[in-house]
Amino acid sequence: MTPTSEREHQPLDFPSAALPLLHDAQMRGNVRHATGVIQGKRFRVVGEMPDWQLLREAGRQIRAHSLDYLDFYLEQFEQRCTAAGGHVHWARDAAEANRIVLQLAQNPTGRVIKIKSMTTEETGLNHALEAAGIQPIETDLAELIVQLGHDKPSHIVVPALHKNRHQVRELFVRAMNLPHLGDRPEDLAEAARVYLRQQFLSTPVAISGANFLIAETGGVCIVESEGNGRMCLTLPRKLISVAGIDKIIPRFRDLEVMLQLLPRSATGERMNPYNSVWTGVHPGDGPQEFHVVLLDNRRTEVLRDPEARETLHCIRCGACQNACPVYRQTGGHAYGSVYAGPIGAILTPQLALMKRGQSLPYASTLCGACYEVCPVKINIPEVLIHLRGRVVTGRPRSLRALHPEAIIMRSMQWMFLSETRFRLAQQFGRIAQRPWIRRSGWIERLPSILGGWTRTRDLRPLPPQSFREWFQARPRSAIESASKSPPQVSPESSEVPHG
Amino acid sequence: MRIALFVTCYNDTLFPEVGIAVVRVLERLGHTIDFPYAQTCCGQMHYNTGYLPEALPLVRRFVDIFRDSEVVCVPSSSCVGMMREHYEKIALASGDKTLQSDVSALLPRVYEFTELLVHRLGIEDVGAVYPHRVTYHASCHSLRNLHLGDVPIRLLRNVRDLELIPMEATDLCCGFGGTFSIKNADVSGAMLEEKLQYVQKTQAEVCTACDNSCLMHIGGALHRQRAKMRTEHIATILGSDSISPATRKDAY
Amino acid sequence: MAEAREPDVSANDPLSARAETLARIRSANRASISDARTLSAEEAWRKIPRNYRDAGLLTESDRIELFTERLREYGAGVYSSQPAQVAGTIAEILQKRNKQTMLLSSDVDPNWLPQTGARFVSDNELSYAEMEACDGVLTGCTVAIAITGTLGLCHPSPLGRRALTLLPDYHLCVVDSAVILETVPEGIRAIEPHRTQPITLISGPSATADIEMTRIQGVHGPRVLDVVIVA
Repeated sequence: MTPTSEREHQPLDFPSAALPLLHDAQMRGNVRHATGVIQGKRFRVVGEMPDWQLLREAGRQIRAHSLDYLDFYLEQFEQRCTAAGGHVHWARDAAEANRIVLQLAQNPTGRVIKIKSMTTEETGLNHALEAAGIQPIETDLAELIVQLGHDKPSHIVVPALHKNRHQVRELFVRAMNLPHLGDRPEDLAEAARVYLRQQFLSTPVAISGANFLIAETGGVCIVESEGNGRMCLTLPRKLISVAGIDKIIPRFRDLEVMLQLLPRSATGERMNPYNSVWTGVHPGDGPQEFHVVLLDNRRTEVLRDPEARETLHCIRCGACQNACPVYRQTGGHAYGSVYAGPIGAILTPQLALMKRGQSLPYASTLCGACYEVCPVKINIPEVLIHLRGRVVTGRPRSLRALHPEAIIMRSMQWMFLSETRFRLAQQFGRIAQRPWIRRSGWIERLPSILGGWTRTRDLRPLPPQSFREWFQARPRSAIESASKSPPQVSPESSEVPHG
Repeated sequence: MRIALFVTCYNDTLFPEVGIAVVRVLERLGHTIDFPYAQTCCGQMHYNTGYLPEALPLVRRFVDIFRDSEVVCVPSSSCVGMMREHYEKIALASGDKTLQSDVSALLPRVYEFTELLVHRLGIEDVGAVYPHRVTYHASCHSLRNLHLGDVPIRLLRNVRDLELIPMEATDLCCGFGGTFSIKNADVSGAMLEEKLQYVQKTQAEVCTACDNSCLMHIGGALHRQRAKMRTEHIATILGSDSISPATRKDAY
Repeated sequence: MAEAREPDVSANDPLSARAETLARIRSANRASISDARTLSAEEAWRKIPRNYRDAGLLTESDRIELFTERLREYGAGVYSSQPAQVAGTIAEILQKRNKQTMLLSSDVDPNWLPQTGARFVSDNELSYAEMEACDGVLTGCTVAIAITGTLGLCHPSPLGRRALTLLPDYHLCVVDSAVILETVPEGIRAIEPHRTQPITLISGPSATADIEMTRIQGVHGPRVLDVVIVA
């Protein structure tokens, strides 16, 4: 496969990447606070919608239908957008998308303004632009913070949630040369407003992503809060939107579902401050040159897997991240990918053809909180399990059978397939554990891979009698009398004898 | 009623008092308990770790053993969740038509223990006595797979002398997640640490749940910290009466 | 599309990217949709269940009240007026806000304009700098949604250019109560005839919560939004 732009080297696996983050109390505090606030708001505004579950189902079906007819809708989009004066480009992978954008983005100022876009993060567009001598200016407040800090976004919707106001002030003071800048969020927002206004008015090219591509009209919809999006898609002469092929919805009317699901799930607002829809070029209003780059970048590989294609239903609301108890501890950077949290755990390895990010499907307790909040009902736990299966079967053939985990699983299965073996294993366990039982009567330290458990927890040892042994040993009379009334079980027979 | 007990592999091995308490409660209510000795494991660990082919014979074994049971009682919501969420899919993947129809016929007769009491038997007061301050952890599978809602709470409220203390963030995952607690031991530990703050804030004597997997996790940390609180499966609380607690008291 | 060899993307022409992507989609869909597409896209789209709320239940006065409440929650100022008194209401607001020069969108009814006080500027191909120099903009509203406190603006007809409601720091919007609908589906369907025009849905002043999740009003769009509801 041709390389995508994201670093192709194998990043750290999730447990290793998470480790230093778990010791970053500041970051963890920020993440907990931010996800907690959004979760609370989401809970409130979702709770006031009596038809929320019906909307979710409609949303799921609209997304599934869009994918089922994806070729049809993309061609329709292309045709309508072109008819409206837009230009549609197709890119098989990140490199191709970046090349297209680079050619279009050339301008005398040497700058482009950008609206926050996960898709251009995925393609690594900013690096490509910089390498070509074009300075990309992120205009979303959080993305600006991330960019000035040479940092990476840690959340789909709130990319800088790992930074607090003092850290943001430090960045702005340096970048904007404002030594007396206050650190109230209002001061910081005002500084960004002044800093960026000049860029909006003087930069001739803007680059955006897209929340929805509307096949019926060839239109694009962008959902935002700050107005930087409107600035970018209204003021410059040229606008380039980079969108994954999965962003398509059939009709304008489908926005009546999506624009209810997305804001409530993403930021816990009934509606976000600004939604913009435009179609091609509008004479006398806005950019007079408009390009859409439709990006595959292995999305068609996701589409190919019947068990996992629902991953592409995602509308990038980030609700699963806020709900995820794992993300809550680690933040987004542990996922080693643009896409973090539960959705990242299923999307990232698929976009990497299961060659990277194999630890991500295991970065979940399968608690189901992500599925519960997903506005388009992506059954993330189910997809996680499916991808775990692909990780296992994707191991090199020669190693597959010898993988320690596979050996354990096969041995456990062999044991469970015979009652005798299971009994013997129980008896063996009782003997084998003896050296590990401490004076407290518990196991406090275990060897090798099981040692992870005893790092923070003790383990109660196996009792001297298993349930089946107890059941078998109890007097028949107890059973007979128990089935008659009055029921009475003597305490002796119900207690597990302990030695 | 003849009730077949699927005690689950880890309750059988590690927490026999749970099975004993289930037997006690159900017999006290006048039912007869079958315990098919051939039973072992539902296959959850294999399936959830990505070993679907390895899980299949375990699924088949479970179905063969309980095919003819009138009602199957399982004191573990994660095992019931495994069956309800995945058995049909596993059967479908096997291409075995008989297995598919057996699974579909059996599943409606499988109940988690508290669910069996409240939804199938219509009982919210099992006549238990348990003079302790208790808090309840709503395990992920009981909450989101089985949708048990307040079923366990209703049962606990009817236990004599039991003081039920609500837990803040009762639905926050404890971080166990089966092999997750081994593969991602540090993150799991961090999750547990947060959960434990809420658990200990209740100042209860006992933390209970419908899943011993979570309780093994929470209890392991409580013991490590030499906390005054201990964990107890809901069945052992419901199985306690004035003369004999059903809990394994000497373990603490 | 066979799994065989990955194509060398670096040596491609644009046409093949299109053809290849579509071919990959078709092949993937053939492989993974169990019930092949027997319906047309149109028929299949119509089968999507839409049993969510798509009609209002409230009386007009309750609808206005809900709209008002939702706007206020976003931090917008809300004023009520009557058809004959709009000019007076606007004069009062502009005086209170101390706005001297106001841009006008093309959907503004001349009867709304007070005779004294502020100066009103129409968009006769104004430069962005000229727009920015104005204290604010006065507009009408094509459709409003009560449940979300949303103003639906359609450009360039009837409203004018999009930049009008973007560059000035203050937006005063006059909403005829007849265009206020209760639910989002009603609102979207009412805008649907304008679907190929630029559309802006505004719900409160621009805002961000990017720093410590503290909501701050006014980042790049107008920092202050006032709405006059005419009933």
